[in-house]
Amino acid sequence: MGRKLLLEKAHVPGIATYEVYRREGGYRSVEKALQSMSPDQVTEEVKKSGLRGRGGAGFPTGMKWGFLAKPEGVPRYLVVNADESEPGTFKDRYLMEFIPHLLIEGMITASYALGSNRSYVYIRGEYAWVAEILEKAIDEARANGWLGKNILGRGFDCDIYVHRGAGAYICGEETALLESLEGKRGNPRIKPPFPAVKGLWGCPTVVNNVETVAAVVPIINEGGEEYAKIGMGKSTGTKLISACGNINKPGVYEIDMTISVEEFIYSDEYCGGIPAGKKLKACIPGGSSVPILPANLLLKTAKGETRMMNYESLADGGFATGSMMGSGGFIVLDDSQCVVRHTYSLARFYRHESCGQCSPCREGTGWMEKILWNIETGKGKISDIDLLWDIQRKIEGNTICPLGDAAAWPVAAAIRHFRDEFEWHVLHPQEAQQRNYGLMHYADPIHVPNPVMA
Amino acid sequence: MSLCFSADKLKEVQQIIARYPEGRQKSALLPVLHLAQQEFGGWLSTEAMDYIASLLGLQAIEVYEVATFYSMYNLKPVGKQVLEVCQTGPCMLNGSEAIVAYIYERLGIRPGETTADGLFTLKTVECLGACGYAPMLQLGKNYREHLTREKIDELIAAASDRPVVATT
Amino acid sequence: MSSETNNTVPGVKVTIDNITIEVPAGTTILNAARQIGGDVTPPAMCYYSKLEGSGGKCRTCLVEVAAGSTADPRPMPKLVASCRTGVMEGMVVKNITSDKVKEARAGVVEFLLLNHPLDCPVCDQAGECHLQDLGYEHGKEGTRYEFDRRTFEKEDIGPYIQLHMTRCILCYRCTYVADQLTDQRVHGVLDRGDHAEISTHISKAIDNNFSGNMIDVCPVGALTDKTFRFKNRVWFTKPVYAHRDCPDCCGKVTLWQRGDEVLRVTARKDQWGEVCSHEGKPGWICNTCRFDKKSAHDWVIEGPADVSRHSVISQGHYQQLQTPKETLPEVMGGRAPKLMMDIHEVSEVNRIELSQLPGAATGKDFNSPTDQGK
Repeated sequence: MGRKLLLEKAHVPGIATYEVYRREGGYRSVEKALQSMSPDQVTEEVKKSGLRGRGGAGFPTGMKWGFLAKPEGVPRYLVVNADESEPGTFKDRYLMEFIPHLLIEGMITASYALGSNRSYVYIRGEYAWVAEILEKAIDEARANGWLGKNILGRGFDCDIYVHRGAGAYICGEETALLESLEGKRGNPRIKPPFPAVKGLWGCPTVVNNVETVAAVVPIINEGGEEYAKIGMGKSTGTKLISACGNINKPGVYEIDMTISVEEFIYSDEYCGGIPAGKKLKACIPGGSSVPILPANLLLKTAKGETRMMNYESLADGGFATGSMMGSGGFIVLDDSQCVVRHTYSLARFYRHESCGQCSPCREGTGWMEKILWNIETGKGKISDIDLLWDIQRKIEGNTICPLGDAAAWPVAAAIRHFRDEFEWHVLHPQEAQQRNYGLMHYADPIHVPNPVMA
Repeated sequence: MSLCFSADKLKEVQQIIARYPEGRQKSALLPVLHLAQQEFGGWLSTEAMDYIASLLGLQAIEVYEVATFYSMYNLKPVGKQVLEVCQTGPCMLNGSEAIVAYIYERLGIRPGETTADGLFTLKTVECLGACGYAPMLQLGKNYREHLTREKIDELIAAASDRPVVATT
Repeated sequence: MSSETNNTVPGVKVTIDNITIEVPAGTTILNAARQIGGDVTPPAMCYYSKLEGSGGKCRTCLVEVAAGSTADPRPMPKLVASCRTGVMEGMVVKNITSDKVKEARAGVVEFLLLNHPLDCPVCDQAGECHLQDLGYEHGKEGTRYEFDRRTFEKEDIGPYIQLHMTRCILCYRCTYVADQLTDQRVHGVLDRGDHAEISTHISKAIDNNFSGNMIDVCPVGALTDKTFRFKNRVWFTKPVYAHRDCPDCCGKVTLWQRGDEVLRVTARKDQWGEVCSHEGKPGWICNTCRFDKKSAHDWVIEGPADVSRHSVISQGHYQQLQTPKETLPEVMGGRAPKLMMDIHEVSEVNRIELSQLPGAATGKDFNSPTDQGK
């Protein structure tokens, strides 16, 4: 089916070792870049590829690289964000665990383009064994001349270090990550200045997601234009989706962004459908922060078009009827799941992970968690639902970093699309303790109004 | 100071510091705290944090601020085996609550508690990035995934050489 | 990035709530608004112009940028923290003219008060508390929070400063004071999220000659002067400017007096509640001046302190007290309320007129006749 650019070789036996990886064509992009391209040409190819950041925000990578300030005599840094902590997301771990050299190769090429002689992988602390896999791969790469001084005799020095975090979702935010890398609390910085101007230790820095940096390898090998031919619209290339929740085949899938959501959920090539004959109720398509959608809006847009697994289609309809590609953490809920309880669990997560700097997020996340717990346990009031709506609205957009938004959106979307389930919890507190609301109308076809002819 | 890294570990600390440019050794704080926790009994006492501060030339409060921010550092003594069960969304969808309940049934400990023999501590944690392999828990450096009651039994039996009886 | 080019330009014109002002390039929106003054100035709970790096956290100073600059007149998508956002030529800012701002600010006030104990009646900061002012000016009349408020374990941080963590709004100002004015910081923000707290972790005394300035920068009653604790209400005291020749600090202070007694010494504050600058330098004072010089003879009195006439400090003194209307009989439908017990029948303790005392009330004033007989 779809083309695989990142995970194609991920299951070749021994691919985690240098010998096998090299034999399978590894490190060609470094050779090509260092021997036949200038750093700016590498950046140009990435721009042409249309690659968008795979960490969640989807910002064009080439443009981000282009913003990097290059003052004389000041070091520049590439930092890879491997702090993967967004509930539902485990794609970077998969990539690093199975094919670590792909990340190292991408990092060397990207470091060359950005002029970073010292690059870091900031990996979440819990991925301790993955850090060891990466360190082994780095040692192998160094031993074979891909890292160190004067790589390939082209006068470019580069080394890569792995830095383990210690348990903080917030460090996935790029400025909090830099603070943490500097040995401080993971409090996000106020922007501007952006990391491209003042990042790690006050120096110009690019922070990219693991998958983004890995994608540089096929982009250089095949050329940016070739890469851009894969996918559709502004969703070029391939995307790793980590699928979980109530599906038959949870796991990490590489898709080329031309398939429909329905195919992704039901085809045997991907999620393989919902287990135990249950029905699809809802889905969070891009990691816990993005809006949850009921089955009907997930499979079709409000305009009645088939929803596709790409940036534009998943966002079609805005937050009113759409969602986001986010980090590609695809969480499926079947008809035996309770949206209120699930939303409560996410609210608890964001309360736990708030750094506590901004008052709306520090205070508001805990407040939402408490109200949701009341509703879930049959102690809620109808006015609590409106209160929740108002609290999330007052957090969203009013904080330094996007964690406030990330905490607000799941609550907002759950109320927007599943308000009757919340009300049922309030009005039938006893029954709600014994059974779940079920599928109800959430998979019913949506009435699409006929377009009015002008 | 009675608390001290071995010569080997001190060498490791120097290697960690060398990952960062000259004068940026504060960056070594997180990895060195991991090392300290591993070496000094699974948790960070005030004494241990003060030692790290002196080792890296930091003010003690800088170490306290960092150690209390990150959830992986234990600031109180813990059991020999720390069972950290993920309870966030995707794990919840796949029955993490039943796993926590089963551990209670087997060991008589609730989240935050340690067994009387000091062997096990149970913690509930937020998303560990193993959502596709839910329910799961972290034990030391490793993840235990697709948990079932049987797997919990095995895990308890392997960690303690005698059968564990509920201690309610 | 274009602000760099602006550095060569002498001034930048910015419009805030329809008032246009020219300020030096690099000025923040908040400081530009402070030059206009009045309602146009957003409130600030965490920003402190004399503390580098402060600001951005409390979100009370959020404003709407309706036009980014002449070069790029697009509005900014989100409200911005005016304390940390620089002005641009032609920028149009809406503060109190923006409903969005007013609503967001009321939300921030509610968040800040969510876990606040509201113990103003026993809080030494009452009367000069920025959170009280903020709540009064920008808040709603009630809270919608129905849960137990957060509490912390009490921590003793030495003989001079009283820490009340429940009142703290985590503005981080005191940590900047410790970093920027003292040679060693022993306290900081520990833990994270909604249980983050100011602490030394080990109940260490904060002992440094400039540590007392933490009290002056604290916008709430989280850090108060132990030597003034429960001594008096600020609105009963008379603030006067005074100075002394101090080898360590500027020696320019405000004495808070009652009669001839000096109850408290603080730095002088400007209209934004920040320490005044003297000859271009912030007027921080040393602990010797603050805690040890409690006699009027230690000081050269200059005259009454500048206190806003809107401040409760300039109102008080019970001089024009109006007797409140007695409403109880009305509520009780004409019946007299039944008293459980008249305290005066069993105790002499409260038979003194506090406001008639020459100085601060002390334990002796409350001695009962039986005690006096002993």
